[in-house]
Amino acid sequence: MTQPLIEVTDLKKHFPIKKGLLRSTVGHVFAVDGISFSINPGETLGLVGESGCGKSTVGRVVLRLIEPTSGAIKVSGQDIVGIPRGELRPLRRQMQIVFQDPFSSLNPRIRVGDIVGEPLMVHGVGNKQERAERVAKLFNRVGLRPSQMNNYPHQFSGGQRQRISIARALALDPQFIVADEPVSALDVSIQAQVINLMMDLQQERGLSYLFISHNLAVVEHISHRVAVMYLGRIVEYADKKTLFASPQHPYTEALLSAVPLPDPTLRRTKKRVEGDVPSPIKPPPGCHFHPRCPYAEARCKVEPPVLREIGPGHQVACHLR
Amino acid sequence: MAPVLEVSGLSTVFHTRRGLVRAVQDVSFAVNAGETLAIVGESGCGKTITALSLMRLVPMPPGEIAAGSVKVDGTDLLKLSDNEMREMRGSKIAMIFQEPMTALNPLLTVGNQIEEMVVLHDKCSREVARKRAVEMLHHVRIPEPDRRAREYPHQLSGGMRQRAMIAMALACRPKVLVADEPTTALDVTIQAQILDLIGDLQREFGTAVVLITHDLGVVAETAKRVVVMYAGRKVEEAPVEEIFARPYHPYMQGLMNSIPRVGSARGLDVAPDERLQEISGIVPPLNDLPPGCAFEPRCTKADARCKTQRPELATKAPDHIAACWLA
Amino acid sequence: MSTTVSEARPSAPGFLSEVLYLSRRYPLGVAGALIMVTFVLCAIFADYVAPLDPFSTNARSSLAKPSEVNLLGADMMGRDVLSRIIHGARVSLAVAVGATVLGSGIGAAVGLACGYLGGWFDLIVQRVTEVMDALPLLVMALVITASLGPSLRNTIIAIAIPLVPHVARVIRSNVLALREMPFVEAAKATGMSEMRIAVVHVLPNTLAPLIVLATAQLGSTILTEASLSFLGLGVPEPYPSWGRMLSESAAEYVRTAPWLVIFPGLAISLVVFGSNLTGDALRDALDPRQHD
Repeated sequence: MTQPLIEVTDLKKHFPIKKGLLRSTVGHVFAVDGISFSINPGETLGLVGESGCGKSTVGRVVLRLIEPTSGAIKVSGQDIVGIPRGELRPLRRQMQIVFQDPFSSLNPRIRVGDIVGEPLMVHGVGNKQERAERVAKLFNRVGLRPSQMNNYPHQFSGGQRQRISIARALALDPQFIVADEPVSALDVSIQAQVINLMMDLQQERGLSYLFISHNLAVVEHISHRVAVMYLGRIVEYADKKTLFASPQHPYTEALLSAVPLPDPTLRRTKKRVEGDVPSPIKPPPGCHFHPRCPYAEARCKVEPPVLREIGPGHQVACHLR
Repeated sequence: MAPVLEVSGLSTVFHTRRGLVRAVQDVSFAVNAGETLAIVGESGCGKTITALSLMRLVPMPPGEIAAGSVKVDGTDLLKLSDNEMREMRGSKIAMIFQEPMTALNPLLTVGNQIEEMVVLHDKCSREVARKRAVEMLHHVRIPEPDRRAREYPHQLSGGMRQRAMIAMALACRPKVLVADEPTTALDVTIQAQILDLIGDLQREFGTAVVLITHDLGVVAETAKRVVVMYAGRKVEEAPVEEIFARPYHPYMQGLMNSIPRVGSARGLDVAPDERLQEISGIVPPLNDLPPGCAFEPRCTKADARCKTQRPELATKAPDHIAACWLA
Repeated sequence: MSTTVSEARPSAPGFLSEVLYLSRRYPLGVAGALIMVTFVLCAIFADYVAPLDPFSTNARSSLAKPSEVNLLGADMMGRDVLSRIIHGARVSLAVAVGATVLGSGIGAAVGLACGYLGGWFDLIVQRVTEVMDALPLLVMALVITASLGPSLRNTIIAIAIPLVPHVARVIRSNVLALREMPFVEAAKATGMSEMRIAVVHVLPNTLAPLIVLATAQLGSTILTEASLSFLGLGVPEPYPSWGRMLSESAAEYVRTAPWLVIFPGLAISLVVFGSNLTGDALRDALDPRQHD
């Protein structure tokens, strides 16, 4: 069996809350509270959850754009957490990121050709001529014309800007890309274009994706495995078919039940979950989900459930499964 | 039974530096009491401007409602004076928006804002209005409504703010509720709660709802009739089951084929891992529309006639119209 | 949510069409810019534009009314008012531009440092700037010139110093906001050094607000210089200064020779007005959140 490309173990990120004149720490935001997962080469792990669950933070911590509080992140077997920041640069070639907002992820004052070529410049790849050729090739690959390389970001549509972001992420030929809600800000008909592009690229280049999204349908389409997050923890982790066909965690059930399906003839029994998502500053004790869980028992309020394997490759964090 | 809302030939334009933008062109539809009509389309199709035109909230200048009529219970809103229209807003026709934080006044408590509405339209005392406000908050299922009424919008979560906005909109029991992407900014579990709430309130009050959205899932679950808009015009209209079963316009077909569906393993007729069908190209700019069919540049079925002649809406099946030469 | 914008403005229109476009879109701004340009030209080419020598006194023309010889009249020593105003533009603009560039430059550097270094440095600088901001510009400038002594150089310094905290705060908040932008994160993800990110990505995006701020400040620096000179603490003889022209004539001659007060005052007002108009228009033009 191939060694996983990315292996994350018990990752935590707690943001201190500072108040007062002397900026003393009065509390923490438990954004990521003990996450473990792995991604094989050429695979996509979909990370789903609603706002405040910490999925975006996970993406940034894995790339060490934000420093983890604790935990291990192994890239091709090498733990990158202990490496001093100054020595991270060569590793960065292997891992890149694509953001959600097509409008603020490109510097408005730099030409798009230079934006895409910048990673090559930073790593001293080739001379000016070679870089320009590479950028032109990338433009073609993502469905843009090299003649547009001299334009500025504001001259492109949202979908085109996402393509530029993808081209930038591909410039250094990485093996792993964190995609943080890459299509959420796009129109539906453009989403399909970008999703197809990302899947084609994965086929061609053997890319791995950590695909972060709140859109379950898109995640189901593009992922091989899926992890569901709630308030900083993974509550369910399985391959796509299993998760969507037979979800075990009550939150996963509620999520799937809540997604409106484009088929008016379906009258589903809806497992509605009440209440709002609690704050990651004061998460409920025990199982974070217990205040909203229709099946919660006494044990759930006290003891946090551990992620256990209940079937081949299927893990759930629930006392009742 | 006569429809409670009757829109006929609505056209709204904007006078801009880049020329005349025809945001809405000749749009007509009708909604009965207690029913939901969904207007679907993507950005640039004119659905939001349509909603704002119904409420006469389009900034004029540079906007202008160039033609048409909007009849609520027989009264044409477009013919009313500004004062008369102000009376109608809230009492006969109300609107809720996508982003509740910007639609609610951050300096007034939630209860205050609802009271304002009630006092204005029902001309009752503050006491009565206050009671009504708390009642409404209770109605929209906000726990501890009397406490919440005294809180400010920023103290509520996104879902609760949306409920508060619904409470404000329905406080005076309007006949028509215009909902512009009311759940797009919300988490999916909260979205489900809000859609359920709107449905329940609709059944209770008999409100006609015009739901603006780009999400076909939401349309399927909440609407009775569907209007599809593209580049400012209506291009298809039918009851919801009919339009999902037999979409005639290539744009609607493209939309339906391009969305991934949850539940490929749950018995829906979709093969997993297949490529999503794309609609190539982008929406045309509204100040520079092509002479023929606006969708032609992106349409896989288009022929020569589509390029030069714009198709009119025609009946393709019982109670199902579409604007396409080749459907 | 998303706004699908199709191909927007052309990237490189001709110079003339760009000017025409600007004058239709920002008529006030173009008017303001014209005023400023006129004064700048006067300042540069004062020797050629001024009809008479601003320094030569002429007892016979003392307090002469505006006439063919002295278009705007003459002062108590017979010096031509128009020529003094034109030469005065030199001083006013030199001080204004000098002080603004100095103050904005230092302010921008401080703001950038605060935004990037944070921590104790930021905390202390913030408190210092808050104190400085609480004092009126004029009062601070007065104190500085009083202690340093009136001269052209000291006037520039005195007006530049109070500008620093003001500019620093604006730049600092811009920098803080920019550092959170996804395109900066993306640059970090490619392994770019912080220093390089600051120069390539953050700085250019702060320049626009800086330019707008500086242009807007121009007007108030001119006023401050005029006030200082009026009080005798600004630019000394022999440089003609609009402020001093006012102080020399305001009390005694305002009724007998009003042109001595009106025209310098008008000059000050026009330049301040022009710089405000230009600053406003620049701010609108450089605002990325433009819709049609």
